[in-house]
Amino acid sequence: MTRSRLESLASRSTQAVRALLLTLAGLIAILGLGLVTSGGRALADDQTIKIANFTFDPSTLTVKAGTTVTWINTDDIPHLVTDKDGKFHSSALDTNDKFSQTFSTAGSVEYFCAIHPKMTGKIVVTP
Amino acid sequence: MKLSPRNLRHINSRRKIGGPEVDRRGALECMIWAGTGVLWTLSGGVPKSLGLLGDALAAEASAFTFAHISDSHIGFNKPANPDALGTLREAIGKVKELKTHPAFMIHTGDITHLSKPDEFDNADQLIGEAKLDVHYVPGEHDVIDEGLGKAYLARYGKGTKGSGWYSFDDHGVHFIGLVNVIDLKAGGLGRLGPDQLTWFADDIKDKSDSTPIVVLAHIPLWTVYADWGWGTDDGLQALTLLKRFGSVTVLNGHIHQIVQKVEGNMTFHTARSTGFPQPAPGTAPGPGPMTVPAEQLRSLLGIASVEVRTGDKLLAITDTPLAS
Repeated sequence: MTRSRLESLASRSTQAVRALLLTLAGLIAILGLGLVTSGGRALADDQTIKIANFTFDPSTLTVKAGTTVTWINTDDIPHLVTDKDGKFHSSALDTNDKFSQTFSTAGSVEYFCAIHPKMTGKIVVTP
Repeated sequence: MKLSPRNLRHINSRRKIGGPEVDRRGALECMIWAGTGVLWTLSGGVPKSLGLLGDALAAEASAFTFAHISDSHIGFNKPANPDALGTLREAIGKVKELKTHPAFMIHTGDITHLSKPDEFDNADQLIGEAKLDVHYVPGEHDVIDEGLGKAYLARYGKGTKGSGWYSFDDHGVHFIGLVNVIDLKAGGLGRLGPDQLTWFADDIKDKSDSTPIVVLAHIPLWTVYADWGWGTDDGLQALTLLKRFGSVTVLNGHIHQIVQKVEGNMTFHTARSTGFPQPAPGTAPGPGPMTVPAEQLRSLLGIASVEVRTGDKLLAITDTPLAS
């Protein structure tokens, strides 16, 4: 076997190894991305706020960006969930009705019940 | 008494009526919590309790009476009253039985529980059986349709201004219907808003001081219990505009129980609900429906009738429960 043929073989096997590595890397990247995505969701656990006795419980809730918050009304009286700045509002929630809102941007959101305005609450969204 | 009317105190602090200064403490002693069947009269701004319902009925026939119902909550079906439609039917029956035929009826809001069309339909049909003109003001439960009050206005808003406020005259009395359940602000109470207050000031400016005034609104215009939202943030502005009048009666609903207060020339009265009772201020974790034994329910629901004795400036409110 000449030296040049040996070099050529070595070069070809290197190319094959490279291709394999690239494929593996790609697969890992795809899998990894998937893991990150589902892992991200798992980190920002969805949260529930109970409406009971004309109060939001908890009245202040801290969540990670991307969290979906669900309010459930356990009173025998309808309530609303209304953003103080008018960015979102629920319709009237009768007993056991739910309303969900996803908070994707970091910051503080103040809300209240538009028909019982003494009822106020706050969502603190962390990055 | 727990419900010291701090918000109103200054209105009458320098007031003199008919010469002698009104003894506010004496007037406040007339405040009662749940005075079924007490007849109140106002004479020259000095309140006098004439006695219990039996005596009141023996009093001279009045020239002019109107009926007051409130908080029917049609659509409500929870344990506090599984049949709100049935108790409204009984209330209308009581109105029909009134000895003096009322000239009309007022409903101080929460006609429905959820502002649904069929709830309004059912209420209208039953209330219509009284065969009386009805003057409504909305409660917060009447303005939670998708249009936040459009459904109410479509039915009851004819001839009204803004979110449904209005006035009219009958038998020399000036009636004003106010809306304090719209565009409420976070952390606050009921609210009239600057547009309505401007209209209100203009509406009464040409009325003589001797014109009897009756004001209707859903949430009490005076602070009954702020922790539960039982008051109106800018109510005092409206009441201040009324202080020159010799006879002012403020009729409210919302709190599903009778609370009366007399302050100078002003009488405040909240009506019972026809739907379900609510707890006295601070006696429960929240102001929601109060479930009582079934046999007690009808003693806590009811109607009121209001007599205006023309020429005498006397005005008397008589509360009648569905069952005593």
